[in-house]
Amino acid sequence: MKGMLRTATLVLLLGTALASSAVDALPFKNAAQEVRFQDLTRQLRCLVCQNEDLADSDAKLAKDLRYEIFQQMQAGRSNAQIKQWLVDRYGDYVLYKPPLKPSNYPLWFSPFVLLLLGALGVGIYLRRRAQPPAAAGSDEDQDW
Amino acid sequence: MKLYLPLAIFLALVGLFGFGLWWNSAHNPTLVPSPLIGKPAPAWNLPLLYQPAKTLDKADMLGKPYIVNVFASWCFACADEHPVLMAYSHDLGVPLIGYDYKDKATDALAWLQQHGDPYTQVVADESGRTAINFGVYGAPETYLINARGIILWKHIGPLTPGVIRDELAPRLRKLGIQPRIGA
Repeated sequence: MKGMLRTATLVLLLGTALASSAVDALPFKNAAQEVRFQDLTRQLRCLVCQNEDLADSDAKLAKDLRYEIFQQMQAGRSNAQIKQWLVDRYGDYVLYKPPLKPSNYPLWFSPFVLLLLGALGVGIYLRRRAQPPAAAGSDEDQDW
Repeated sequence: MKLYLPLAIFLALVGLFGFGLWWNSAHNPTLVPSPLIGKPAPAWNLPLLYQPAKTLDKADMLGKPYIVNVFASWCFACADEHPVLMAYSHDLGVPLIGYDYKDKATDALAWLQQHGDPYTQVVADESGRTAINFGVYGAPETYLINARGIILWKHIGPLTPGVIRDELAPRLRKLGIQPRIGA
């Protein structure tokens, strides 16, 4: 029983290890370039299956884009240049981290606005509760 | 007042979730707006599907508006769209260029033979390399390009009679084209 469990776990682990990255055999110059490639493609979204990054996606387009990125790296282009190349074609949507610009302000700042509103609400509530109930003329208006 | 507060919170949440449901059904959240609208179409030069020795390029198409329809024989939604193209292609008033995307020529030819060919010309992009410059991320996709080679409009997903009537035809009329499509 114990042996079977161990085998099953091993198979499961192996399966996830194999599934965790879509590997194309790209001839990287060295390990550092491969690390850079993996890091860059993890910051980019696959357009076809939109909750996957380019590094992990098995979509045909993702494979094409990985190859394109690889070639641009070989040609000596920087990460920023490669990202811009993709943004020019597919829009900010390819970036998992959207740039800070006016059309994205709601995306960046609305959480803080909500937090502020929440803090304000709590502040008002605590202040009212701290007042002695006798001070309130009509309980209905004051309690909230 | 104390009793109303939970009710108010509850109703606010119902409103919020209701909005979420409506929002996600009212539009397709997987659509990615193209940054190329209003910009010149990328340069392209692709072999003709029927005569691979010949090519068609962007310069050949300048001077008159045209529509590019990205399709592939492996694409299910393209088969859904195809009868619509067959019905409307002669009423558009502009050339309809078929863009065979990441497809084997033999497969595409067989597919067009089987379903009919609504296109003025068909270009083949077997590697999909040019399609990246167009920002293609799925088929079918349809582009309206004006006489100066600028992308005016893009539709992602199958064209329907409604999309042609409400979105494409008015844009064609603005270009001085008279499509034979009821308003």
